[in-house]
Amino acid sequence: MMQAFLASQFFFNWRRNLSAIIGSVIIAIFIVIVAFGPLMVAQDPYDLTQLNLLDSYKPPVWLPGGDPRYLLGTDGQGRDVLASIIYGTRVSALIGIAAMLCSCLIGTSLGLLAGFYGGRLDAIIMRIADLQLSFPSMLIALFLMSAVGTGVDKVLIALTAVGWVVYARTVRGSTLGEIEKEYVQAARVAGLTNAKIIRRHVLPNVLTPLIVIATVQVGTFILIEASLSFLGVGVPITQPSLGLLIKNGFDVLFSGLWWTSVFPGLMIMAMVFGINLFGDFLRDELNPRLK
Amino acid sequence: MTMQSESRDPLLSVRDLRTWFHTFSGVVKAVNDVSFDLAQGEIMGLVGESGGGKSVVGFSILGLIDPPGRIEGGQILLDGEDLAKAPEDRLRKIRGREIAMIFQDPMTSLNPVHTIGRQMDEMLRLHTDMDEAARRRRCIEMLESVGISQAEDRLRAYPHQFSGGMRQRVVIAIAMLAHPRLIIADEPTTALDVTIQSQILKLMKRQVADHGASMILVTHDLAVVSEVVDKITVLYCGQVVERGDVRDVISAPSHPYTRGLIDSIPNPDHRQPRLSQIPGTVPDIRNLPKGCNFRDRCPRAQALCAQEEPKLAPTRQSLFAACHFPIGTGGDA
Repeated sequence: MMQAFLASQFFFNWRRNLSAIIGSVIIAIFIVIVAFGPLMVAQDPYDLTQLNLLDSYKPPVWLPGGDPRYLLGTDGQGRDVLASIIYGTRVSALIGIAAMLCSCLIGTSLGLLAGFYGGRLDAIIMRIADLQLSFPSMLIALFLMSAVGTGVDKVLIALTAVGWVVYARTVRGSTLGEIEKEYVQAARVAGLTNAKIIRRHVLPNVLTPLIVIATVQVGTFILIEASLSFLGVGVPITQPSLGLLIKNGFDVLFSGLWWTSVFPGLMIMAMVFGINLFGDFLRDELNPRLK
Repeated sequence: MTMQSESRDPLLSVRDLRTWFHTFSGVVKAVNDVSFDLAQGEIMGLVGESGGGKSVVGFSILGLIDPPGRIEGGQILLDGEDLAKAPEDRLRKIRGREIAMIFQDPMTSLNPVHTIGRQMDEMLRLHTDMDEAARRRRCIEMLESVGISQAEDRLRAYPHQFSGGMRQRVVIAIAMLAHPRLIIADEPTTALDVTIQSQILKLMKRQVADHGASMILVTHDLAVVSEVVDKITVLYCGQVVERGDVRDVISAPSHPYTRGLIDSIPNPDHRQPRLSQIPGTVPDIRNLPKGCNFRDRCPRAQALCAQEEPKLAPTRQSLFAACHFPIGTGGDA
């Protein structure tokens, strides 16, 4: 298995593509942070008993007044900024991935139905999609969040409502192309039900372009979630994401206490940058027209 | 000599089949009052130009006409059961098990993301209750019988690892897996290299004979059908214009359209300066002229042809033709 991967065209191209390597390394680092982050830092920033108000607003360790226990300084409650970032990264990344999976599932199903059955069902699904695209996605998410309230599950609903369209449109297009092909006719002639034809024959043939969309979308979702949290309609204060950390530090940003916002901001930037680099590589690799 | 096949109880009997498509620009009568019989073990060629309604006949038999198309009337009797009135779940049981279909382009009729073995297995799982080992044995047996060597290894191969001819062999193997009684082959050799067309046809003929099945061979190529079929039905504008045993149709057709089709086959024995062709084009099927549909292209057309639509009637030997002035009868002028 490993041998086959190392011998593959994919790996060959990957090794010769610097931005793909950088992207992969960044993603790998973030996977480690998400998986093992809490083991790497001494403080649980959301266990109030571990906080010491006397340690509030300590600057990063290399500035005068820095404390070696707090590498990137502390915030107004004496929370370690590094620990907050690592916990916040988990929240941000997991929301991004979960929202991507929900969007992909719903969007792909609707796209398959629209493309396969056509007619009125197709018209309804695609008009909803068009309507959706005519609003800025931030606006839709904001509307929804203000309607259903805040919380991690509500953020997931808002992001899914924004994100399913791109899958639905892509899958519908590929499905229309696939059902023209004789193997779909052959499956009907063999006596398969429509459900089986869609699941076993059409679905595997429309998946490839989704890999790229899904990868890039995780980055987009992390950004939207950060914006929502920054605006105060995202995740609750007890489970702060990177966006919420930026907001919390933003109030004191112009008092010279810059580290509480800037480091979470850099973290978001690095994560989305890594995802996009790798996504670009995937796009080139999986595009049949470039083969 | 009468058609012997008609005296036996036919496996498939299509009676006055009408499949119409209700499009924006008018009703397309793709199949209009088509009737034919097919006996057990018989191979029939369904011949005509592009747009003549040949494929629609095949899909009508399987109940796979999508809107705006509809079967408007007639009967499709398979062993006495009318498929034109059968509900969808009954038809789904018939598809694949009783009636199998072979398509034109083996490049697209196999799913590129599944192995050959998986695609064969799917057919058996659907239509038999064999266990996994038995299904596997049957797949290997079937691949060997269509002339694919190292069948066991080939089960794990993907369609793109086969050549066009090999793929069509696989398609034939899949079609025969569930021992269907009727095969509908829709231009099965059109997409293949000329050099392997006749191999594939012979293979199909042998497979059909081995399984005691019947076959409808849909094609525009009279030269192809004459090698393998027992009888021929010629369609023009969705209607049967001539039918009969293959030898009679090929050697001395009585409908001028059939004559034209045969004359346009290149013949290396005759040195012709130019290949003959049928003048004109197929009339707009949404707006057919009164009288005979072929009269504008027919060298034998007379005043009567513009007034009255000819009915299918016996002419000579085994032949039936829909023509007021069939070739080789008293009408010859």
